[in-house]
Amino acid sequence: MEKSKPRARSRPTEKIWELRLYVAGQTPKSLAAFANLKKICEEHLAGQYHIEVIDLLKKPQLASGDQILAIPTLVRKLPAPIRKIIGDLSDTERVLVGLNLREQK
Amino acid sequence: MTPAKQTKKRLELLPKSLTGIPGMDEITGGGLPQGRPTLVAGAAGCGKTLFAMEFLVNGATHYDEPGVFVSFEENAEELAQNVASLGFDLKKLSKQKKLIIDYVRVERSEIEEAGEYDLDGLFIRLGHAIDSIGAKRVVLDTIEVLFSALSNQGILRAELQRLFRWLKDKGVSAVITAERGDGTITRFGLEEYVADCVILLDHRVNEQMSTRRLRIVKYRGTLHGTNEYPFLITKDGISVLPITSIGLDHKAPAGRVSTGIKELDEMLGGKGYYRGSSILLSGTAGTGKSSLAAAFVDAACQRGERCLYFSFEESTEQIIRNMRSIGINLSPHVKKGSLQFHVARPTLYGLEMHLITIHELIKQHKPDVVVLDPITDFFAVGSHAEVKAVLTRIIDFLKANQITALFTSYTEEDTPNESVVGVSSLIDTWISLRNLENRGERQRGLFILKSRGMPHSNQIRSFNLTDGGIKIGALDLAGRRAELNSA
Repeated sequence: MEKSKPRARSRPTEKIWELRLYVAGQTPKSLAAFANLKKICEEHLAGQYHIEVIDLLKKPQLASGDQILAIPTLVRKLPAPIRKIIGDLSDTERVLVGLNLREQK
Repeated sequence: MTPAKQTKKRLELLPKSLTGIPGMDEITGGGLPQGRPTLVAGAAGCGKTLFAMEFLVNGATHYDEPGVFVSFEENAEELAQNVASLGFDLKKLSKQKKLIIDYVRVERSEIEEAGEYDLDGLFIRLGHAIDSIGAKRVVLDTIEVLFSALSNQGILRAELQRLFRWLKDKGVSAVITAERGDGTITRFGLEEYVADCVILLDHRVNEQMSTRRLRIVKYRGTLHGTNEYPFLITKDGISVLPITSIGLDHKAPAGRVSTGIKELDEMLGGKGYYRGSSILLSGTAGTGKSSLAAAFVDAACQRGERCLYFSFEESTEQIIRNMRSIGINLSPHVKKGSLQFHVARPTLYGLEMHLITIHELIKQHKPDVVVLDPITDFFAVGSHAEVKAVLTRIIDFLKANQITALFTSYTEEDTPNESVVGVSSLIDTWISLRNLENRGERQRGLFILKSRGMPHSNQIRSFNLTDGGIKIGALDLAGRRAELNSA
């Protein structure tokens, strides 16, 4: 499990994006998803996010907790409500909508 | 269960998994294909989930095959509640590691699709569940929910196809439930991916009578009946009624029981009916069929046995009153609880429901003797073939439980005796009652048409209902008397 720590110290008044990325091994889709996510976060949420990557091949028992079916799945734990974005996150627009960073058109 | 034994030889050809659902294993020759997926399709409320659950729970409890139930519609709590009334304790099975219920919740509104994905999450969950208890059976109920949750149908179809193949590779016997489609077997065409066995469940209402039916659309590598089989959902779950199946391995008790009438006992080799046999009393109106049944019930209760009397024409009060007039007092037995009446008009509900009721009451009351008076009334609610199927099933059930069964059957005046639904071959002792006219007087005559496994009288005897009871004697036919007696 790898973690990328927030770049800047989070201030309590600021919103923090708690993100969890579910993958199954180092597949091209998983790697792409992580890279795409990282890029989007840096652009839009610098210093305000926290990504936890969970590899279900290593911890299959964690799949049911967040109701994971599709791989990769990005779960936005915070801010509430919980949202899920499935896919390799190559569709930046949809990721932004899913993360609530852009109004749905 | 007998089908297991019967199909042992065939098992080598195509291994099968017993469903444990009464009747189902008989029509499939041993159950569902082992290590392969089976598709169970049907409209809402026709028993798909129940079918799947029974397959799984029976596997876990009776055949040492743990199972995983992946539910896409109901959570574990709801499922457990739904089947608790069938006596399935899902929580206990889960604790014993014989069963895993995995509720997969997919919420369209929560999901955003952004790029390529697969369903590895589902595979991993399922694989983890299977491996953690060594599951041999899997249920996916109802995986089609995914079609409304995910918009990329291309990915979904490819993944489902991969899933079914993967289940096969895992060697688990899977049941996949699906909604009935309009003009197709399933709404999303899952039958294209599950090629081994397809079962269709149906629930229809005909003339206000509801009947459930099951049909095996396809079963690769196996001969199977293409008929529609009626099935019931009882308190114990699904029960399929295979019309052709008659278990012939009933125990045949050698014990005899009195008919309640000394003279009739004498006609039946001096000892009366066989315990656990099926007895038919047929006759025209007013010949005393019910009286003969009541005499038997009275005698049984006096021996300390329990009786269950299904009356389709007369009320309890009426029967008790009428029988009292011929010196048979049934009310003490009713008060004691050893005799129970069940009165219902045949037209009150469908044949299926009658069968359920009969099953249920027999299970509750645990009788030694069951009376169905008269069985001919069933023709009001079903076709000839249906009635025969149901009666066959009842007789089968009673024999298997070694319950002595007495049926009365109404015959039209002047018709041959054989009008009885073609069940005569299932009957062990058949007594015919007739009105005989002689010299301006009507007489009741009684004779034994057949009685398997015992020497019995061939005479036609007179049969009289008096206030002192039922009297059977020589027929008063003057001139013909000698001739008849010598017969």
